[in-house]
Amino acid sequence: MSQKTYRDAIREALREEMLRDERVLIMGEEVGVWGGTYAVTRGFYSEFGDKRILDTPIAEEAIVGTAVGAAMGGLRPVAELMTINFALVAMDQIVNNAAKIHYMFGSQVRVPLVIRAPAGWGQLAATHSQSFEAWFAHLPGLIVVMPGTPYDAKGLLKTAIRSDNPVMFIEHARLYGVKGEVPDEEYTLPIGVSDVKRPGRDVTIVSYSRMLHVALGAAEELATAGIECEVIDLRTLRPLDMAPVYASVEKTHRAVIVEEDWTTCGMGAEIAARIGRDRFESLDAPVERMGQVDVPMPYAKNLEELMFPDEKSVAEKVRDMVA
Amino acid sequence: MAATSPSRVSASDTAGIDVTGAEALDWFKKMSLIRRFEERAEEAYGQGKIGGFLHLYIGEEAVAVGAMAALRPDDDVITHYRDHGYVLARGVEPKRVMAELYGKATGLSKGKGGSMHMADVKRHVWGGYAIVGGHIPLATGLALANQYRKLPHVVACFFGEGATNIGTFFAGLNLAAVWKLALVAIVENNRYGMGTAFERVSAVSDVYKKACAFDIPAEQIDGNDVLAVRDAVHRMVERSRAGGGPQLIEAMTYRFRGHSMGDPQRYRTKEEVEEAKARDPIVRWRRTVLTSGLAAKTDLEKIRDEVEAEVEEAVRFAENSPAPDPSELCSDVLVSE
Repeated sequence: MSQKTYRDAIREALREEMLRDERVLIMGEEVGVWGGTYAVTRGFYSEFGDKRILDTPIAEEAIVGTAVGAAMGGLRPVAELMTINFALVAMDQIVNNAAKIHYMFGSQVRVPLVIRAPAGWGQLAATHSQSFEAWFAHLPGLIVVMPGTPYDAKGLLKTAIRSDNPVMFIEHARLYGVKGEVPDEEYTLPIGVSDVKRPGRDVTIVSYSRMLHVALGAAEELATAGIECEVIDLRTLRPLDMAPVYASVEKTHRAVIVEEDWTTCGMGAEIAARIGRDRFESLDAPVERMGQVDVPMPYAKNLEELMFPDEKSVAEKVRDMVA
Repeated sequence: MAATSPSRVSASDTAGIDVTGAEALDWFKKMSLIRRFEERAEEAYGQGKIGGFLHLYIGEEAVAVGAMAALRPDDDVITHYRDHGYVLARGVEPKRVMAELYGKATGLSKGKGGSMHMADVKRHVWGGYAIVGGHIPLATGLALANQYRKLPHVVACFFGEGATNIGTFFAGLNLAAVWKLALVAIVENNRYGMGTAFERVSAVSDVYKKACAFDIPAEQIDGNDVLAVRDAVHRMVERSRAGGGPQLIEAMTYRFRGHSMGDPQRYRTKEEVEEAKARDPIVRWRRTVLTSGLAAKTDLEKIRDEVEAEVEEAVRFAENSPAPDPSELCSDVLVSE
């Protein structure tokens, strides 16, 4: 084991899979000569050359559409979208082509494709600060992975690249510098398996991606007050593994979902509905949801800081739930 | 790279015929098959046996048949949604196409795709796509895969003139040109996007001129002349295969039926349609074949009977095939792994 950043873990996964399988290629804006907007693919252009690291024009519909076609034609492309916001431009390719082709043609075609895209924010205002995972998780035919730690990011990305299905692999710009334990030896992680990141008996906190760290921070603080939270990291949003969530709720009888997306029609709504239906008898309190304020992202720093749940607000919510 | 500037190529019915008698009859048969197949599909639609949208290709048969004649069997084909003609021209059994229209388990896509989504991957037909222009980047991707894997296949990407004002047309062909991919875009200009005349909504209404945006060779041809189509597609495909990068063909044609079933056709006059029917590609090819002595009248009559029997067999097969098992509803969503 050694300490690696989320960025390096993703870089290692890409590099290892490029070396392992020559059908893997990377395409996107600034992935080559520039070395990746978030430096994930730095050095790849000189190592793998311009046939496998393809710089593209600013045309997300072409990046994703071409990657879908290349996947149909026998390659295993990894398409990088500079940020998840730009997936909007490629939405038809993701929704109608990547996610539908296998079903619509009666399984004649496979689309072994990974679309990597970071969520994130930082005084970028309304168009560049979004988090659309619920939209993608809504779609049959697509796998949606949203890792929160370097270990999970590497193991899940390797599995995503080896998968014969289209995978939306949503990273987080504010996690690229976060460090964590990553094995030096080869490993992969299964898609569709949620992970208990911290055991506890009092309240279940369900989270993923950056909010996982907020949840863990809140749990740490609450532990000093004798409140033990169980923190569950979904890791994969579709297919959704609810088993650890149910096992936890049976124990704690209380759950809160903490997400970075808007809560209206979000992942938290889905999870709350499932808990309500499948573990209604276990609940001692309504399932709570926390997410970004239901407005477009403002530019001003003080306003932006009000947008998301933080350790303090999550801890407060949990205290209310056990009060 | 030297690129041929976009140009018009005139074609006439009889000049410079370079076709064997067997080819001539094969093209006549395929065009007649598409025509008769769709007439029967139209009838079945009227009886409520085919659902959804049904976009007929009647009047445009020479484009699919001429193009397929120029392509090798392992060249890749990807199309828009008015797609019955391409799969039939490619040699897909009519009964499997009809069964797909009927939504039966024996259809090409097990009844999951329907009229607008015909695919037969073992024949390198990668499907019909129903979001206008949405498949153009897929064609670029297929061609990228061929180039990457050093396969000698060319991708033929069919779409209508109505797809040339949407972003994917420019984004997809731009990348194909940048990477010098083996791809031929075959634009069927039937003059209307649904009911809107192309020149009313396109700043440039000669599609071939748009190829200058990619600096690629382009030609405008008579799409109702099967031989002209074969020759142009052959020229373009082989140039592309030899490393000449993507090419564009604008095949001028006309659909005799409405955009889809139930189109009242208020946007065009009966006279215009009748005038177009005088350029019927099947009638024209029949005349060419007979006047040039490529085949005898009796040969063509025999073919007409064969086509009739084949289409009736396709209808019987579709009628008698089982509907998909309810268990099919939830299969094929993801590859199991």
